[in-house]
Amino acid sequence: MAIAMAIRSFLFLLLLFFSSLNPILSLYEDQVGLMDWHQQFIGKVKQAVFHTQKTGRKRVVVSTEENVIASLDLRHGEIFWRHVLATNDVIDGIDIAIGKYVITLSSGGSILRAWNLPDGQMVWESSLQGPKHSKSLLLVLTNLKVDKDNVVIVFTNGRLHAVSSIDGEVLWKKDFEAESLDVQQVIQPPGSDLVYVVGFAASSQFEMYQINARNGELLKHESAAFSGGFLGEVSLVSSETLVALDSTGSILLTISSHNGKISFQQTPISNLVGDSLGPAVITPSSVTGIFSLKVNAITIFIRVIGEGKLEVLEKTNLKTAVSDALSISEGKQAFALIQHAGSEIHLTVKPADDWDGNLLKESIKMDRQRGLVHKVFINNYIRTDRSYGFRVLIVMEDHSLLLLQQGEIVWSREDGLASIIDVTTSELPVEKDGVSVAKVEHNLFEWLKGHMLKLKGTLMLASPEDMAAIQSMRLKSSEKSKMTRDHNGFRKLLIVLTRAGKLFALHTGDGRIVWSHLLQSLHKPQACQHLIGLNLYQWQVPHHHAMDENPSVLVVGRCGPSLDAPGVLSFVDTYTGKELSSLSLAHSVAQVIPLPYTDSTEQRLHLLIDADQHAHLYPKTPEAIGIFQREFSNIYWYSVEDDNGIIKGYALKSKCTSEVADEFCFDSRELWSVVFPSESEKIIATVTRKLNEVVHTQAKVIADQDVMYKYLSRNLLFVATAAPKASGEIGSVTPEESWLVAYLIDTVTGRILHRVTHHGSQGPVHAVFSENWVVYHYFNLRAHRYEMSVIEIYDQSRADDKDVWKLVLGKHNLTSPISSYSRPEVITKSQSYFFTHSLKSIAVTSTAKGITSKQLLIGTIGDQVLALDKRFLDPRRSVNPTQAEKEEGIIPLTDSLPIIPQSYVTHALRVEGLQGIVTVPAKLESTTLVFAHGVDLFFTQLAPSRTYDSLTEDFSYALLLITIVALVAAIFVTWILSERKELQEKWR
Amino acid sequence: MKTTEVIVAFILTLSLLSFPSLGFQSDELLVDDEEFGLEGAPQPRSPEPIPSRSQPVTTPTRKRHSDLDSDSKIQFSLDHAFGDSDFTPAGTFSARLKTWSHGGQTLTKLRFSRNSFTDEEKEKFKNLLESDDFYRIRLPSNVLSPPGRDFIISSVKARCLPREGLDEHFVIHMEGINVLAVNYGSPGSCPYPRNLKLPAKWSFNSHTVLKNSEQAPRAPVFTEEILGGENGEGEVVPPPERSFWAKYWMYLIPLGLIVMNAITQAMNLPEEQAAGQVPAQGQPSGGAVQRGPSSAVRRR
Repeated sequence: MAIAMAIRSFLFLLLLFFSSLNPILSLYEDQVGLMDWHQQFIGKVKQAVFHTQKTGRKRVVVSTEENVIASLDLRHGEIFWRHVLATNDVIDGIDIAIGKYVITLSSGGSILRAWNLPDGQMVWESSLQGPKHSKSLLLVLTNLKVDKDNVVIVFTNGRLHAVSSIDGEVLWKKDFEAESLDVQQVIQPPGSDLVYVVGFAASSQFEMYQINARNGELLKHESAAFSGGFLGEVSLVSSETLVALDSTGSILLTISSHNGKISFQQTPISNLVGDSLGPAVITPSSVTGIFSLKVNAITIFIRVIGEGKLEVLEKTNLKTAVSDALSISEGKQAFALIQHAGSEIHLTVKPADDWDGNLLKESIKMDRQRGLVHKVFINNYIRTDRSYGFRVLIVMEDHSLLLLQQGEIVWSREDGLASIIDVTTSELPVEKDGVSVAKVEHNLFEWLKGHMLKLKGTLMLASPEDMAAIQSMRLKSSEKSKMTRDHNGFRKLLIVLTRAGKLFALHTGDGRIVWSHLLQSLHKPQACQHLIGLNLYQWQVPHHHAMDENPSVLVVGRCGPSLDAPGVLSFVDTYTGKELSSLSLAHSVAQVIPLPYTDSTEQRLHLLIDADQHAHLYPKTPEAIGIFQREFSNIYWYSVEDDNGIIKGYALKSKCTSEVADEFCFDSRELWSVVFPSESEKIIATVTRKLNEVVHTQAKVIADQDVMYKYLSRNLLFVATAAPKASGEIGSVTPEESWLVAYLIDTVTGRILHRVTHHGSQGPVHAVFSENWVVYHYFNLRAHRYEMSVIEIYDQSRADDKDVWKLVLGKHNLTSPISSYSRPEVITKSQSYFFTHSLKSIAVTSTAKGITSKQLLIGTIGDQVLALDKRFLDPRRSVNPTQAEKEEGIIPLTDSLPIIPQSYVTHALRVEGLQGIVTVPAKLESTTLVFAHGVDLFFTQLAPSRTYDSLTEDFSYALLLITIVALVAAIFVTWILSERKELQEKWR
Repeated sequence: MKTTEVIVAFILTLSLLSFPSLGFQSDELLVDDEEFGLEGAPQPRSPEPIPSRSQPVTTPTRKRHSDLDSDSKIQFSLDHAFGDSDFTPAGTFSARLKTWSHGGQTLTKLRFSRNSFTDEEKEKFKNLLESDDFYRIRLPSNVLSPPGRDFIISSVKARCLPREGLDEHFVIHMEGINVLAVNYGSPGSCPYPRNLKLPAKWSFNSHTVLKNSEQAPRAPVFTEEILGGENGEGEVVPPPERSFWAKYWMYLIPLGLIVMNAITQAMNLPEEQAAGQVPAQGQPSGGAVQRGPSSAVRRR
């Protein structure tokens, strides 16, 4: 106790001392980029439109699956401008109108916007409504000019709109609600003012409407019935011919309209392929006269030669991607075709009318880790010799975007990093040899020069050029991007798993990609068709063998979207990015529990729970089983059934009783259950403590020298439930109808330790659980404001342990094990505060030893990260704290939490589309590493109580040295002087 | 109309006072052992005699109260299982169901009667004790239409229960007529490692507590005045107005010394030296005194 107090007071003094040295928490302007880095991404490209006609900057406008519209520099791939739309504002289509506006259709076809092409400013926005939900299609009629205006034809929600591209005004609209029409395409034959709307009605009726694009007048309506029904999409082959598949996918229909007559021609696919292997799919494309079919893994290109005659051009079983058509000259079209062959891809550009007359044929070496080509966009340019050149933009399986030109990859963007689903960290290799002397000597001059510059800067003698040199030196200091472990633990590898199923290792120093690994690589596609990455776990973290063994991570994935699809495990070396081994599991993976035990090779034991609540132990070694058997009766877990409103607790029972003997599989038994009444409560959030969290002390000394003991159970679960009515949007219910209940549940016994109702409040709830407290954020309907509440939970059963004499005489029960089966004697303290922002994410800082005070990291709706001291969310805050309480650091009570502009961790930057904030402790106790990810990535170091245990980066060692030298010199001078004086005294 | 309202309000407050369990706060009913601790009764004892003890106090309010809120008696059963065996009936909870005028229903006056163990069950329980296995109980999740959506299960290591007899402690979390969860275990601690100990008496000593949700404290609302005083850091409270001495002592002390010095010099000098020197030294300090302390310091 006394020691703890002494340490505390010492630390406090230390803090005080260093805080006086470094008086502000935030950054100076010139410190931006020293510790932090920020990377901008756009996500997987859905659609791309080139804008290269004018002589100005060549650019490509893209829309992505992360709801980003961006204009990219075609030369370097940099972002000119970018807009991240809201998550529910999905982009359906983009195009360019009148050469200067980017038109986007989004939000299920209900919002049409125009953006100025050079700078990305929004020009106009119109809201398009319609009678029913339908497919949304966007078509810009470039050749139909009305007073220099392009008409934008939008089919959305069962209504056809014509919108002026100058101001977004709706020129005319036409409803198609009468019939159960499922519109497939809106077609404009080139060079006419007619628009055709093509669709199916009642699944076997083919409908075609001819409409005058100038005024929306219905000119013609034709329909024809086909008994076989239709499947999926239609593909336009020429202005008069369409192809579709019947409902079985085995017969190809050629639909042609001649003088108002619709006729069908049926061709069985088996006639084309030889032996049909399965249902075919028409690949959407817009090349005149040619379409492609996919039957299993075979791609067939077919040409339509008038009157429904089909000619098979090519059959290939290589993975193929086709671009849309590009018109290169009057009436001539070309398209790009990319085929995979081993580690190379073959790019061919073919004219639409001549299959064998290749305009371009190139082979490009492609990194296997990028996977297959998913999309191709083609663009042409005029070469220096006045011939046509082609460049293509390709989207790969790992969501990266590449520009190919002249047989080379001109640039590439790793846009898979825009959709990170899990993050873990790994240490870097230990520096094996000492730094060689030669290197130091080589750098000695540089080092001296650097310090001279710094000294000049400190003494304010530096010229602006010198300042720039200092700044650039600080930014690129090679120290922070080294590939070895550092003393302070600032340099680490961030291992991230993206939605594309690719692992990236990012260096924390500068954010560069150290290695990447695509989980579903080319060589084994049949094992698992649709691999979905789920989670990352630290599999092996060598401490004893850190010099000669590499750490590895476990990637857990699933084959297919359903929950009971079989799982896939992959073990990846974090230094090299090589896959050590992979397992296709026979069982599903519902939950992964890293156990707190490691075997002799420091592999962590993991328990995988499948959908039938069987537990499977990994690694499958006899040693692991041995360790596991010892702790068999102490392993508990729980499952949350969100949609059911039931939380269940489980323990292990016995070996699996299946016909196949599997000694690593265990049956479970249900120990407890909590059933929320479905009519009044619905689970909206569950949060637990981080598994690897370190807590420095259980005791908390409060103002009157009293001690409170934190209730530090690892098995606490925070659950928030809301009234089922109130789980919609804010404002959809009255305060009387909505409530929010917060629970603290012990997950071993299922005890509810605390339960509190917030009347008139509703979700969404964002919560963070650390040590003995939970902070959660919700909306208070009565106060019309967001609120943050804190619950702290204290252990009363240890309340009488504060006697020092007991401690001295050994009569305390501090060392006795704690059992969840004892009846807990806990008290909780809670308090609510108003908070201005709505949240996207919330996290808490974590440090190596847990001594440093905590900060909440709040991902605001503005995509920034705000650091808020936990002391503001102390339930013991009172209006007038006593002197003792003030000394303890209790802040006087206020009704709302302050937002201090300097405490934005992201300073001026925005982490667009913020999704998660990850904190990792550094080895240095004061510092924590923060990684925020969304569409953008942001990384920084944070010292919640300032860096009390190290000198700051800009500490001038040279100045210190010079001072010491000067002092020594002064000592000598004064010594000599005094000697001389003494001598003179003696001579007198 | 008015008077009836007053009466109603009065009755409500009275009932709230006499039934702390009906309030919004935690409904800790029947915490005393004597009221429900049924030790080893062979058959479920009728709970009637016990409420009659407390009845006289509450009856008058209850009678009139029931004009507004009707209550009825309900029963629901507790099942138990030994290890992985099937659930069998182990006892009955009986309670009064109170229907509020606003439509809500709550349980009050929960009583529990435990069936004593049969010989077979004793044997099973002994086995549990030996293998340190789980003793499981379950309750219906809806007391009106059992089992409701699902059973509420809770379990405890059997070795936690034996003391003198078999001590058990139920905390039943209710939401209206729904049982959310039940905390089941020994009333005290159950230290690990659990030692094998057979109970002296094979009878249950049961404690039951009903709990409803607590209201969260409202966020404090302050007037703008206090808000205005609050700045970002929160720590930096505006310093209170200090006295003149507290503010300027560092100027006043040297000034005082100078004055003292000047006075002593003025007293000493006229005697020894020429009078012309005195104003030369005395004037500035004298001037400083006239002009005030701050300017004197500025000159120094």
